[in-house]
Amino acid sequence: MKISPQWLRDFVDLNVNYHQLADDLTLAGIAVESVSGEGDATIFEMDITTNRPDAMNHYGVARECSAIYDLPLKAIEPELQVAVPAQAGGDSRAPFSIDIQDGQGCARFTARIIRDATIKRSPEKIVRRLGLLDQRPINNAVDASNYTLWEMGKPTHVFDLDLLEGGKIVVRRARDGEVLKTLDGVERKLTSEDLVVADAKKPVGLAGTMGGFDTMITEKTRNILIESAWWDPVTVRKMSRRHGLHTDASHRFERGADYESTVVSCNRVAELILQSGGGELVGGPVDVMARKLDQAPVALHVSEVYRILGEKLETTEMLRILRRLGFELIPEHEEEIEFTVQVPSWRLDVEREIDVIEEIARLHGYDKFANTLPAYVGAVVELPDAEKEKKLRTSLLALGYDEAISLTFISHQDAEQFSSVPVIELANPLSEEASVMRTSMVPGMLNMLAYNLNRGSDNIRLFEAGNVFEAAGEKALEFKRICMGATGNAVKESVHYPARPTSFFDLKGDVETLLAAFQHAGLEYKADTAEYYHPGRSALAIMDGEVVAQFGQIHPEIAAGRKLKQDIFIAELYLDRLYQCGLRSVRYEPLPRYPAVERDFSVIFDDSIEFATMQKAVAALRLGELRSFVPVEIFRGGSIPAGKYSLLLRATFQSGERTLREDEAGQWSGQIIGTLEGLGGVLRTS
Amino acid sequence: MSPKKKSAYTVPKLKDFSAAALDDAAAKLLRALEEEAEAVSNEDEWKQFRDRWMARKNGILTQVRERWLIESPASAKAVVGKRFNELKQEVENQVQAALRDVEERLIRGATPIASGTLEEIFRAQLESERLDITLPGIRRPLGAQHPVIKTMNEMVGVFRNLGYSVEEGPEIETDYYNFEALNFPPNHPARDTQDTLFMANQESKPLRDRLLLRTHTSPVQIRTMEKMKPPVRVVCPGKVHRNDAPDATHSPIFHQIEGLAVDTNITFCDLKGTLDHAMKEMFGSSVRTRFYPSFFPFTEPSADVQISCIFCGGRGYRDGGPCRNCKASGWIELLGCGMVDPNVYGFVDYDAKKVGGFAFGMGVERIAILKYGVDDIQLFFNGDVRFLEQFA
Repeated sequence: MKISPQWLRDFVDLNVNYHQLADDLTLAGIAVESVSGEGDATIFEMDITTNRPDAMNHYGVARECSAIYDLPLKAIEPELQVAVPAQAGGDSRAPFSIDIQDGQGCARFTARIIRDATIKRSPEKIVRRLGLLDQRPINNAVDASNYTLWEMGKPTHVFDLDLLEGGKIVVRRARDGEVLKTLDGVERKLTSEDLVVADAKKPVGLAGTMGGFDTMITEKTRNILIESAWWDPVTVRKMSRRHGLHTDASHRFERGADYESTVVSCNRVAELILQSGGGELVGGPVDVMARKLDQAPVALHVSEVYRILGEKLETTEMLRILRRLGFELIPEHEEEIEFTVQVPSWRLDVEREIDVIEEIARLHGYDKFANTLPAYVGAVVELPDAEKEKKLRTSLLALGYDEAISLTFISHQDAEQFSSVPVIELANPLSEEASVMRTSMVPGMLNMLAYNLNRGSDNIRLFEAGNVFEAAGEKALEFKRICMGATGNAVKESVHYPARPTSFFDLKGDVETLLAAFQHAGLEYKADTAEYYHPGRSALAIMDGEVVAQFGQIHPEIAAGRKLKQDIFIAELYLDRLYQCGLRSVRYEPLPRYPAVERDFSVIFDDSIEFATMQKAVAALRLGELRSFVPVEIFRGGSIPAGKYSLLLRATFQSGERTLREDEAGQWSGQIIGTLEGLGGVLRTS
Repeated sequence: MSPKKKSAYTVPKLKDFSAAALDDAAAKLLRALEEEAEAVSNEDEWKQFRDRWMARKNGILTQVRERWLIESPASAKAVVGKRFNELKQEVENQVQAALRDVEERLIRGATPIASGTLEEIFRAQLESERLDITLPGIRRPLGAQHPVIKTMNEMVGVFRNLGYSVEEGPEIETDYYNFEALNFPPNHPARDTQDTLFMANQESKPLRDRLLLRTHTSPVQIRTMEKMKPPVRVVCPGKVHRNDAPDATHSPIFHQIEGLAVDTNITFCDLKGTLDHAMKEMFGSSVRTRFYPSFFPFTEPSADVQISCIFCGGRGYRDGGPCRNCKASGWIELLGCGMVDPNVYGFVDYDAKKVGGFAFGMGVERIAILKYGVDDIQLFFNGDVRFLEQFA
């Protein structure tokens, strides 16, 4: 909204420069976004908060100036010629009747009539001022209504009286199927939810939103009816939204107009029309009140002002501020510690003591209040999973994964491909590709990897921590996840070493590192993964019976479908399940004092025998001194027949109590060999 | 002399265990030992030498033990035993010495100065090991913390030091928590400012139960007050969504940090002091704050907070022209705040007459953009490693 500071001078004698004025208004809560132009053509671009429709006009801003600078405010008092008495019988001289059938929607309707006016261009001053606000001049009658809106904030409307049928105005709900062509030329189908201004036969305006096309002022108009009403904010808001019709009028009505200004605004429009187009007033204003607005007085306690604001203000300062803003105060107490505050009719936003306190604070100046820190007794409480999340994030960064954040929305197609849970759809999505809440973080990760590959970054490690969403009946469930993505080289090429591409085992190692932070009795890996993974290069991590992670290479077909030309590795951590396990609690173990003994076994196995099987079988031997049993070398081809592979395994024995004897190690090795042979292994002899 | 030559020393059997005979046998053995030690010229030869003399199986010492010591009559055992130990010691010494010789020869062989003092030789060796230390090091890549998360953690840290605990809430909220309980009545124009993304198929539910994506982290205030009584001090960092098409300055997702303090003694001055302190912690102690009235349905009085421009020091100009960052105003708008509206207490069953408090909210991206001079908010959300790795 635009304000001309020069126009403000009509109402208050400002003696500050406009930049100072802009600053002072802003600091009082009447925000001036920018200042443009110079001299009389200076324009303030305003950002008036939605609670202050009273300040969305020049008079309202002038009132704020009056309070800021403690200057008198000149009233708007239209000077009108003596009206010709309304006569019965004559057409346009007939007393005009107003019938408010919906008192909830229309609390007050004021109208008056001008006869024999000339419709022409507005006077230069009006045209110039409207021009400064980027308002296009139309004719003197329409401009008078428009000028009054920008001057005092009260939307009004002017009708060609001769086009109103039946000599009366009816405020009523529209009938289903009625049609109204509005001033913008659009034919609008009305329903019983619409509130209209009608004549005896037809709707002639959408209440508080826009007038009708067929009854508008034209060059032919001679006789004019001026409307100034008070419309219910919710009714106007619903209607303007339903018709997609946001106007300067609806903007003000839906925020609450001044109930007491209908007559004065009607008179002001009349004054402007008579000044420019001549004609004569017929009768007085016809003013119909369907209901009174309830604006109860507010009790103001000086002690409450102090309790909320934390600083003792002079009572005289508080009274000065409130009176300049149009509030009336009646002391309820000799010591002036309590007042009854009568709120002005244009301040529908002020209903409670706290609202009055805000008025005092904002005009006193927020910056005049001291900066203090409150005393506090209490302790900082951590979220239950804060440590776990921190541990994971720290490890991920140490493992070389950059943290990324992707969109929370995915397409239906991606939801289907990467999950099997019921989706939550958006009613007003940003696009088709972002129409459901993500059920998986994998598509977002693939998009980010693709984004990088398309820009020449080939070696990527990313992770994202966030929520996935799932519908459960009427409810929306959220689950915390971490998704990791890796592609390209695990070891970058350098002058010292050749590059090494990322493999499944790089990813598995990273997953192992992350999972190792959590307390568990058992952790196993199974190949039974979702279909978007490579069937032979992916795994589920199962911790104490719960699937806590799924990871591996993305299925080559899926990667190709997304034009990803490198092997892509993804890991998903299911944090809700992982967090069921606490962080591993550390217990010191005495350092070994006796030497360890290592024994290597080179065994040929059938391809179908997995290392985990050997591990389990050896563990079942319960050799107390077996410290570790690990694969050291794996070999296929050469002298090894197809379908078989050679594995070099290393057992390490150590005792905490003594040096192991040769024959003990030999005996245990024998047991291990026996076990491996039991699995079909054949010991290689060198 | 190679131990494999015909003339190689072998351990004879002794018939006579007299002192003289022993002397003679020992002398021959030691001579052979010396000769062979002398002949060792490299590591492989040394190993052979060591094994020939010291191997447990069939080494010369083992043979000496078997043929001399074990074969000796009981009367001579003590003398032969002593003699054997002396020989054993000597063999070990010679083997060690031979190794040292081999090593020294290696060093001499590897250096241009084949002669000179040992110290000179070592120095020459070190010189030969010199690297081009200006070549790049082998770096283990570290991941980079996301600038938004980093900024969020920093902000949370500032408030944690003031006694604030962290609270979280869901991203999909009900109308009740996102609007109604925050004093946005149904059909209130203030809802228009929020550009809300709604969940589909909610029409059959009462308005307050309808699901939407939270447009701010303020609902966590309500959830916190529902579950705890004053005193309350929480910060609520989190992701929020708005129906904003992405461009350089808009994103449908962004992050906020909400703060809430409710107690029996909290005033508007405390709100000002707390945020002034937090901004100084965040942007440096020379930063000033400016509060001016604003409107949020859930606070009254409400304020917007500006900090003095961190680029031009609040002067409004720099480098001989107007400051672009603050549009020459000297101030940068950063956050919204206010005293909690008494209506909000009504929703959570607090007594507005007895307690008071303040709330504040700030956009994390906005702060990160300022801190790092980022010129496109989309950079935060496309995972571009060229961007992210600048923050490692």
